[in-house]
Amino acid sequence: MKWPYDNKVGVKTTIKCDVVVLGGGLSGCFAAIAARKKGLSVAIVEKGAIEKSGAAGTGFDHWESACTNPCSKVTPEEIAYAYVDEQDHFSNGIFHYITCREGYDRLLDLEKMGGKIRDTDREFDGARFKDQGTDLMFAYDYENKFTLRVWGTTFKPALLKEMKRLGVQIYDHVEATALLTTTKNGKKIGSGAIGMNVRTGEMLIFEAKSTVLAMSRPARVWLFNADTPGLCEFRPFQSIGSGHAMGWRSGVEFTMMEKSVRAEFSAAGRSFPPYGTGNNHNTWYAATMVDARGVEIPYVDRDGKELTDYYDRYYPAKGQKYFLKGGVIDDPKYEYRGPETLDFKTLIERGYQLPFYADLSKMPELERKVIWGMMVGQEAKTSVPIYQNYNDRGFDPTTHKLQSYGTGWQSASFLDQERQFFGAPGGIMHDWDLKTNIDGIYACGDQLFASDCAGAACATGHYAGRKAAEYASNVEYVSYDVSLIENEEKRLYAPLYKENGIHWKELNMAIAKCMQNYCGGIKCDALLKEGLDLLETYERDIVPNLSCSNPHDLMRTHEVLDILTVSKLVIHACLARKCSNTSLCFERSDYAEKNPAWNKKHIVIHQEDGVVKTRDVELDYFGDLKQEYESRNKEYIKEVNNEN
Amino acid sequence: MKTKEFTVNQIPSSTMPIHYNEELCVGCNRCVDVCQCDILFPNEEKGKTPLVMYPGECYYCGACVMVCPNKGAITLQHPLMNQAKFVEIK
Repeated sequence: MKWPYDNKVGVKTTIKCDVVVLGGGLSGCFAAIAARKKGLSVAIVEKGAIEKSGAAGTGFDHWESACTNPCSKVTPEEIAYAYVDEQDHFSNGIFHYITCREGYDRLLDLEKMGGKIRDTDREFDGARFKDQGTDLMFAYDYENKFTLRVWGTTFKPALLKEMKRLGVQIYDHVEATALLTTTKNGKKIGSGAIGMNVRTGEMLIFEAKSTVLAMSRPARVWLFNADTPGLCEFRPFQSIGSGHAMGWRSGVEFTMMEKSVRAEFSAAGRSFPPYGTGNNHNTWYAATMVDARGVEIPYVDRDGKELTDYYDRYYPAKGQKYFLKGGVIDDPKYEYRGPETLDFKTLIERGYQLPFYADLSKMPELERKVIWGMMVGQEAKTSVPIYQNYNDRGFDPTTHKLQSYGTGWQSASFLDQERQFFGAPGGIMHDWDLKTNIDGIYACGDQLFASDCAGAACATGHYAGRKAAEYASNVEYVSYDVSLIENEEKRLYAPLYKENGIHWKELNMAIAKCMQNYCGGIKCDALLKEGLDLLETYERDIVPNLSCSNPHDLMRTHEVLDILTVSKLVIHACLARKCSNTSLCFERSDYAEKNPAWNKKHIVIHQEDGVVKTRDVELDYFGDLKQEYESRNKEYIKEVNNEN
Repeated sequence: MKTKEFTVNQIPSSTMPIHYNEELCVGCNRCVDVCQCDILFPNEEKGKTPLVMYPGECYYCGACVMVCPNKGAITLQHPLMNQAKFVEIK
């Protein structure tokens, strides 16, 4: 078929703005809104379409760490430090504190924009998880009330509408491909970005005073399936780490990129549709589980004591102030551990039989209804794929039980070499302004190291946006080297002019296999170096022979080139850490020492002209969270106090 | 830079995630514009059902169904292997 869109290959359009935001998910939208509200001109660039783009584009159900909501019994300091401690300090204190401190403010913003954050339809009156005074609804810890249940499907359309209202310049279907930088007095400065329209091939040059990276995290590094590539990872098929790749090419610093975990989810290739199987975690907490015989699986407290009352699943143990549950909390320390079903090994020893099922019929009515119909329905990829589809197939939670697969809640079993960036993985290193090591370049959301959760994306997005705006207000435009544009143009279009070359899928498959073989579960220098050598041969011999027939395939081809860049970054990060580290799920066979005290540090990595450089940074470099935050955000604190 | 004529052909996949009901679809292309993976393309004939050119690249988010103005015009169908099992409670 003839290509249905205009052909604008070779056309270059320049857009001048104060702030350019790369990535139109939750964090990018909030960054754009915050900067625009400071009176600056703002452009936002999104590869898909902002209305539903990003990891939470079609919804999300939990808003974590809303410590300042009126019902909360915990402080931002308590929860932020708890996360840092839970992750053995290989954590991002700044990120968590901004989330705990400002997250609820963003939720109120969303409500003003038209998003739904309360049970205004009074569907859940009388439920234990609902506060009748505010109509807010809570999940997990009903005593401390700091995780909210929200109607996330309403949020992205509301953000899009707000950006249009404010006059943010929106560039949908544009893939950001490179950062623009310039060197002034020996120092690198950001000066915008380059993008390509994925339908027309038009090249867009964004000349900006500051740039915000909001492009999520890498994927398809170890996992790939050429038949159903859209299903091979958990996060959106579009999110593959282009922001990391362009950052690395421009000299941006990263940390914790050596962290990867044995894969837990695919969007469905190996697993089942996310949130679409019987389980009792996250969206499904605290569903009643039964075994093949229909015998109920007991919930226990942190001491292993069986909980007899249904509602005990939602309260801290005796003597415990609060517990942690959520996106990055897998197997928490005793101090933070909440109620949980008996572990699999004990269940089998006690004669429980597979398969297990979620049996919502055994739950109080409003608890059942809030899972099936509210949470399943509002979480990402559940409104149509699960709630509507399963209802159409005849699923009724009062008469049916939904099967679990594997032995846990992941709904699949992966091998150790099949890895994923999950559970607060690595990302961009930053300071208290969410600024990278390059002046004028900021980052937010999932691009930051040790990040997770939709509320955090919104909070850090807004924060990065206002810091980027403050910077842009005080500087002049800086020129950039025009050779950057010429080189990028050649790089971008090259695969269009190669006849009968290699397809992007073949390269993605080869990278994934290389990473499984050389950077899998157990690592050592010799193996990692062989892997790096193999990736470099791909770069030298295969990349110049990639070919494609239209801008869509060109977009996919550049995604794989970015995956190749990220894979090299990961291997370099692995080579830099010379010991095993349990907190980073990082295992070495050539260095016997495990978790030595001298290795409890960030190894921050970047490259300059092809040379990889590292520096050590203290894990708690963020300092005293409250004090550091308050000294840098006086104006914001004043604004919030005035509004209240 | 020399001009190249672009083409697009359906890339076969073992799955077909999106099904259109031609009688209900008005060919407004809302789904084409909202699709995050850009797998849907406008029909050459105006007002006709869009074409699923890259079915394997579908991420099964359901955005196309969510924005469709005519209920039932688009159906999202999981691959057969992903039809999770549920049974009656005895």
